[in-house]
Amino acid sequence: MNSPPLLRRVGSFLLRPLDPPLLLLLGGLTLIGLLTLYSASGGSWVRWSNQLINFAVAICCMRLVAQVPPARLASVAPPLYVLGVLLLIGVAVGGEVINGARRWLDIGITRIQPSELMRLSTPLMMAWYLHRHQEDLLPRHFLIATVILALPMALILRQPDLGTALLVGAAGSFVLFLAGLRYRVIAVLGVLALAALPVVWGLLHDYQRRRVLTLLDPMQDPLGAGYHTIQSMIAVGSGGLFGKGWMQGTQSYLDFLPERHTDFIFAVFAEEFGLAGVLVMFVLMLAIVLRGLRIASQANGLFSRMMAGAVTLSFFTYVCVNIGMVIGLLPVVGVPLPLVSYGGTSLVTLGLAFGILMSVRRHRGMIGGP
Amino acid sequence: MAQRLTTLEELGREQQYQSRLQVVVVLVGIGFALLLLRLIFLQAIEHQRFHTLAESNRISIVPSAPNRGLITDRNGVVLAENTAVYTLEIDPTRVSDLPGTLDALAELVRIDEGTRKRFLQRIRETRRLGLLPVRSFLSDEEVARFTAQKFRFPGVELSTRLYRHYPFGESAAHVLGHVGRISAADKAAIETRGENDAYRGIDAIGKDGIEKTYEAELRGIAGYRKVETDASGHGVRTLSSHASVPGNRLRLAIDIRLQQVAEQAFEGRRGAAVAIEPATGDVLALVSQPSFDPNLFVDGIDVPNWRRLNDSPDRPLTNRPLRGAYPPGSTIKPFMALAGLESGLRRPQDSVFDPGWFSLPGSSHRYRCWKREGHGRVDMHVSVVQSCDIYYYSLAVDMGIQRMHDFLARFNFGVESGIDIGGERSGLNPSEAWKRARFRDRWYTGDSVSAGIGQGYMLATPMQLAYATAIFANRGVAWRPHLAKEIVDSRTGKTRVTEPQPVFETHFNEAHLDLVAAAMVAVTEPGGTAAAAFRDAPYKTAGKTGTAQVIAIKQGQTYRADAIDERHRDHAWFIAYAPAEAPTIAVAVLVENGGSGSGAAAPVARRILDQWIVGSPPADEVAP
Repeated sequence: MNSPPLLRRVGSFLLRPLDPPLLLLLGGLTLIGLLTLYSASGGSWVRWSNQLINFAVAICCMRLVAQVPPARLASVAPPLYVLGVLLLIGVAVGGEVINGARRWLDIGITRIQPSELMRLSTPLMMAWYLHRHQEDLLPRHFLIATVILALPMALILRQPDLGTALLVGAAGSFVLFLAGLRYRVIAVLGVLALAALPVVWGLLHDYQRRRVLTLLDPMQDPLGAGYHTIQSMIAVGSGGLFGKGWMQGTQSYLDFLPERHTDFIFAVFAEEFGLAGVLVMFVLMLAIVLRGLRIASQANGLFSRMMAGAVTLSFFTYVCVNIGMVIGLLPVVGVPLPLVSYGGTSLVTLGLAFGILMSVRRHRGMIGGP
Repeated sequence: MAQRLTTLEELGREQQYQSRLQVVVVLVGIGFALLLLRLIFLQAIEHQRFHTLAESNRISIVPSAPNRGLITDRNGVVLAENTAVYTLEIDPTRVSDLPGTLDALAELVRIDEGTRKRFLQRIRETRRLGLLPVRSFLSDEEVARFTAQKFRFPGVELSTRLYRHYPFGESAAHVLGHVGRISAADKAAIETRGENDAYRGIDAIGKDGIEKTYEAELRGIAGYRKVETDASGHGVRTLSSHASVPGNRLRLAIDIRLQQVAEQAFEGRRGAAVAIEPATGDVLALVSQPSFDPNLFVDGIDVPNWRRLNDSPDRPLTNRPLRGAYPPGSTIKPFMALAGLESGLRRPQDSVFDPGWFSLPGSSHRYRCWKREGHGRVDMHVSVVQSCDIYYYSLAVDMGIQRMHDFLARFNFGVESGIDIGGERSGLNPSEAWKRARFRDRWYTGDSVSAGIGQGYMLATPMQLAYATAIFANRGVAWRPHLAKEIVDSRTGKTRVTEPQPVFETHFNEAHLDLVAAAMVAVTEPGGTAAAAFRDAPYKTAGKTGTAQVIAIKQGQTYRADAIDERHRDHAWFIAYAPAEAPTIAVAVLVENGGSGSGAAAPVARRILDQWIVGSPPADEVAP
């Protein structure tokens, strides 16, 4: 038994289908994430090791998806989409209510959040549908793609989970945009969306409105709705240029930061590593996005292009929405920071998403593929 | 590029796709730029502000209250101390089922409905504050029961706090006063004095008596700890600390044993007694009966107890020795006798005939002597010993009110004694000027007649009479009465003596003083009005009985104690000093509605003098 060759063989089997630059960048961000999570947990290994397992699962998912050609992936889209919609209906009927929202479904072994699944399967389904008509995309095809998008969005809105609904909507919009939806139509839709704002405001739940209002003036209710935003802004701002140092963040260490392992972990990072650390993280994230867009640009076939673009832009959207929320630019919505926040579902979804990107990269030369 | 571009249409689509990707790159750039700008704003430009906010989040100043200074009596017996009190506290954020927890706790510790309501109210009113007190003053038994079961109650803690405690309870309550919670009015006063910092962490303040007068000495200086706290307010670690400085120790002139003997001597009757050391002004005992338990006030008095004390017709909260102004009655006579001698209006051997009444020339109104049949021929000595009224009626008329007023002022009548606790009244030493200002009326000779036997407008507090007696015993040298004897600095251990100076000195003819003193000694000897109370005393006492009318007796009527309401009966007075040759104590005793001075007040004085001079009450109590 010669272990080094064996290890190398296993390693190369795992890594071969993966894009090295992207893998390197993702690895870098993951490292930062684990470092921050360790600090956010106050030096406890429990949550940290759980996250390692999540990463292992996510990497396996990525590896599995990466070796599947886009054509095969496309064929999975309809059943996955239908399953997702059914699960969402299931949630609406018999989901568990947590924090006043019906988001979770108990499937015996564990509880799952079907809306997470829809983040990926909705753009997948749209790409699959548009790809079938790539030769002559007519307005009605775009219309049907929009319906494909609207159905899960509506179900998720009902839960209610405005944040996820908007993120699914964003992913779908990227698909439509990259598929070549005319700017004229986009402009009209934009105007319609603006006009619909008052209506949407009327449909919002009280707590959602409060979050938006809090954004405008967090000091209005510093111990209630504004507490999260104020404390995270204090954490970020007190970090300064070079931060307080790893494991030295008083805001997180002394419990002032809420949700510091999950949605607000960026505040822990910014407090401990300062603007310098933030710049490093941003360079990594920007590089991931640019690498993803490069893969999209070189992809063959509408499905591959749309999926690569949608996955990359979803990553970008998550980053923007999460950090924007932590630093008080956007209302508080439950969106994790990709690869940094603690949580299995989000990591596995990310693994699948980047797996698709890897698959597109790996199979870019295939002609006539979907 | 590996793509195969076959048709023109495909080429167009490719161009469109690539241009869309370029748009996307621009959007991504804008997105990251926005985030970065905001982060530069937060972390570079506004960093200082957020840094300060984080620090104030993190660091809280926890004041540590100083130990209030002890108060002891003149022999070092502790009269006011600080005791640890057990308090049950709950952190509502750590207790999931609050009502259930309270129910379970109620099985171990008494938690009545009111306590429960107040606690739940407090939770609603405060946010994010950690431990909140449920009940204070847990008994040792309750502490033991809870401690054994503590594991069942996460989030419930037992804490100790120092409370002021007065071990002698009702004894000397009016001297010590009490501390109480700092009220809004106190807070405002503290603020105007600029003493905010001094009261950091202190929640009690001297409200009355010695505790109030010497507040600044007793309070001490609060220390503080800089503590790092987490979001729920729990201290995580101490960053730095400054120890508190305990308050100074106060030694009083009071002798608590004498005080207690004096209090017991009242046997439940209402009244007041003041004992002063003539040579120093030390107040040895200051009794006000009935009394109250100052411990009730320490943590805020409850409504039933307050009503009971405040609404009682016996007025236990009133400091009678200082606040009670009564007609001095016959106790004024020794001073009047001295006035007669000193003014030259009377020689010792001059006598008047007492037929039982006196009337002014040209008037039929008869001022009666307390003895209906009269004392016959009476000189100065007999007038004091027998307390003859007629002698003083004529003396007062001869002197006139102005000379009377001026002479009595030399014994500090009509002016506060200046004792070092608040609330003292000045009594009343009447004069023509006073009557004109007060009643817009002239002074009648008849007014002088009443004043001559300490009635009419004349008023004195027990404190004033004791002071006057002490001045007399000290042969004209007045030492301001004071309760605090010395202050022991808690830091240096040095002792400061509080004000033992003679405030004024009047020169009297020594022979005149001796004559009056001899008459006062005869009062307590066979034939005198207080002979019964002082039978077999192992020392010589100079004294004088007195009664103060509560209601006027009409012409031709006789005062009959049994026929009138108890509260309308005369007040009984007795003043004395002893030993007569070298006085170490001067007392004034007032028994409200006690009837006669000889029967009610003199025995109380006897027990005080016995305790002070002999050390214990005489074996067989002499009943009057």
